[in-house]
Amino acid sequence: MSTVTTADHHDEHHDHKPTGIKRWLFTTNHKDIGSLYLIFALAMFFLGGAMAMVIRLELFQPGLQFVDPQFFNQMTTMHGLIMVFGAVMPAFTGLANWMIPMMIGAPDMALPRMNNWSFWILPFAFLILIISMFLPGGGPDFGWTFYAPLSTTYSNDSTALFVFAVHIMGISSIMGAINVIVTIVNMRAPGMTWMKLPLFVWTWLITAFLLIMVMPVLAGVVTMVLTDKYFATSFFDAAGGGDPVLFQHIFWFFGHPEVYIMILPAFGIVSAIVPTFARKKLFGYASMVYATASIAILSFLVWAHHMFTTGMPVFATLFFMYTTMLIAVPTGVKVFNWVATMWRGAMTFEVPMMFALAFIVLFTIGGLSGVMLAITPADFQYHDTYFVVAHFHYVLVSGAVFSIVAAVYYWLPKWTGHMYDEKLGQLHFWCSLISVNLLFFPMHFVGLAGMPRRIPDYALQFADFNAFVSVGGFLFGLSQLIFLWVVIKCARGGVKAPAKPWDGAEGLEWEVPSPAPYHTFDTPPQVK
Amino acid sequence: MNNEGYQKYYVPDQSPWPLVGAIALFFIALGAGFFVIDMSKDQSGWGGYMFLLGVAILFVMLYGWFKNVVDESMAGLYSPQMDRSFKQGMSWFIVSEIMFFAALIGALFYARFIAVPWLGGASNNEMTGAILWPNFEAVWPLLTTPGGTETQAMGWGLPLINTMILVTSSVTLHFAHTGLEQNKRSQLTGMLLLTLILGVIFLGLQGYEYVLAYRDLGLRLDSGIYGNTFFILTGFHGMHVFLGALILFFVLLRVLKGHFTPEKHFAFQAGAWYWHFVDVVWIIVFCLVYVF
Repeated sequence: MSTVTTADHHDEHHDHKPTGIKRWLFTTNHKDIGSLYLIFALAMFFLGGAMAMVIRLELFQPGLQFVDPQFFNQMTTMHGLIMVFGAVMPAFTGLANWMIPMMIGAPDMALPRMNNWSFWILPFAFLILIISMFLPGGGPDFGWTFYAPLSTTYSNDSTALFVFAVHIMGISSIMGAINVIVTIVNMRAPGMTWMKLPLFVWTWLITAFLLIMVMPVLAGVVTMVLTDKYFATSFFDAAGGGDPVLFQHIFWFFGHPEVYIMILPAFGIVSAIVPTFARKKLFGYASMVYATASIAILSFLVWAHHMFTTGMPVFATLFFMYTTMLIAVPTGVKVFNWVATMWRGAMTFEVPMMFALAFIVLFTIGGLSGVMLAITPADFQYHDTYFVVAHFHYVLVSGAVFSIVAAVYYWLPKWTGHMYDEKLGQLHFWCSLISVNLLFFPMHFVGLAGMPRRIPDYALQFADFNAFVSVGGFLFGLSQLIFLWVVIKCARGGVKAPAKPWDGAEGLEWEVPSPAPYHTFDTPPQVK
Repeated sequence: MNNEGYQKYYVPDQSPWPLVGAIALFFIALGAGFFVIDMSKDQSGWGGYMFLLGVAILFVMLYGWFKNVVDESMAGLYSPQMDRSFKQGMSWFIVSEIMFFAALIGALFYARFIAVPWLGGASNNEMTGAILWPNFEAVWPLLTTPGGTETQAMGWGLPLINTMILVTSSVTLHFAHTGLEQNKRSQLTGMLLLTLILGVIFLGLQGYEYVLAYRDLGLRLDSGIYGNTFFILTGFHGMHVFLGALILFFVLLRVLKGHFTPEKHFAFQAGAWYWHFVDVVWIIVFCLVYVF
């Protein structure tokens, strides 16, 4: 990719950090803001995870044991909202903040103050969402997809708070995305041409574009939910000439690109880690870039595959079935390239590589169940069953979350200046790998057998599998405490990390010392 | 290393304004939420006050933030590269705004060409028409909803005048820009002021049109999908005109203070881009909502 001729960073003499709480509240530094995003995402990951534990506790046995159905619905809704908007997306934004300026040789993000604003509005948005749970009638209970009329006619009083919280999350994402695009387009070091960009930067550039295109659409659809519920409009009400299916069209026009927003940066991370530990250049760099762009374009043309059972005309159904299957092609290109990168490589298996390898295998499983769901007649059987739950948890947990964990292990030495504990990391990996499969794989079977999702009770024949799934869930939740321990331990001390702790790594971020100085690349490096 | 001609990219020091802005948005969202909830239950509460508090904090924040930016700009801290960052940031913001309107226009299209005809039995929905809404007639504008709400359609005479006003304001703003570029300050000030006046007239006429709709036509926000799309599209457009006018007003104040040079005038340009964007959106809204 890129080599540096003069990596001069005589930053030491002016590397004074502001101190105290103000450093974090008023910061304009991309590394501080990146840390804030990552810490926030980790906190939300545990909060959303705790809600998943409630769900799995209730589903451990058939019948209603622990929570009432209305609270169960709030748990599924909040778990989804928190994991999507509070954990996965902010974690990727945090990684972007930390790494993109260092990877392209920029002194900071392009618009540093706005960067801080886009972070600090996020905790407040989730505060509003959590406040809404304590209002009379409870919080959002209509699923994170908030389908009308569940979110309009049948939702509880607090829905307005949900709507405005989503607005704020959207504002945060849009500002973050604008910052990423402008940084990449405008702040690359001399010689850092487009096709020398690390793939993490490329994938984030395309992700940011998707965010700018679809977050406003989400804002539009929640606004219509607000007016339908509180101002007597009838966008989603047939009696007034509207259509509940209109909700699904607009929501999924946002929702499907949103899915790729949560996976494209993961592709970038894996494309950074696999070459490092295979000690080979990434196979097919250019095809990776084009594949990412193709996936992004296709993501605008597939939204109605979430809606095969709504009674669309056959022509539309066929169109969306074929475009959806088409996405398997560029995704297949990526998986092929990762495997080809490892072919005859000098591989070692440190924790980041283990998570990246697990990503490749498990994400592919999730992708293949996606192809099954794309087949319209089959989808009539799978729709709204646990098969769907299994599918998107394979791509989001063992896909997106594993990639984030891999990225944290990969770059922790750069952030903290210490090596993480390899033994504990391996323990975390193996516990996660086994429990995540115990958690999600049986869901395929109960889904195919017809167990509906988002229901607190189920038929007796699903009991054994659900008990397995719940045990897997609890184990997966506990395994993540090991992760928390590793991260805290590494932040507090450990073996001193060299500037480049991975001998196969390439890129500008490894040219600066570990931990990375508070300000890097005040003067842009020359990239050859 | 060869760094001739290289100007350091300005990274501002710590700033309290983003956090203040986050608190402002928190109060705005929470206040608006409680206000709407109370309103739907015919209660009075403190949501509205909280919302206003948030707006007040937001204005303090905007003042403080922009004061910093203007001071830094006037002190010459901003390199041409920095200027490009601002311009690109503004352009992408406008792209996001376009997508917001695209969602609303998409809803209009879906309602008009899919939802309403289907309710009337088109495509594979013959039984929907026959059993659920036997007396429903699928026409656009939808003056009688399936549920029986009636309304009247808005004509396009007044909006046509409004269209001409807004297009003219785009032209005057362009002349203000050329005045700035050729350093004709009086042309700049005059044309900018004229643009602002035209914008205010537009908003006034739009308000008058709303009065007519509610009073004479019975066309309301809640009178079925025609009224829904009418008010949500023109309403959000009107809010954007208001925001654009607000931006131009502050640009005008800066012009009067002698800011901006023929070479460097990002704030003016951003305001102008926004105004032209609002103008283009209006032309589309005018065609789709009123004429066709």
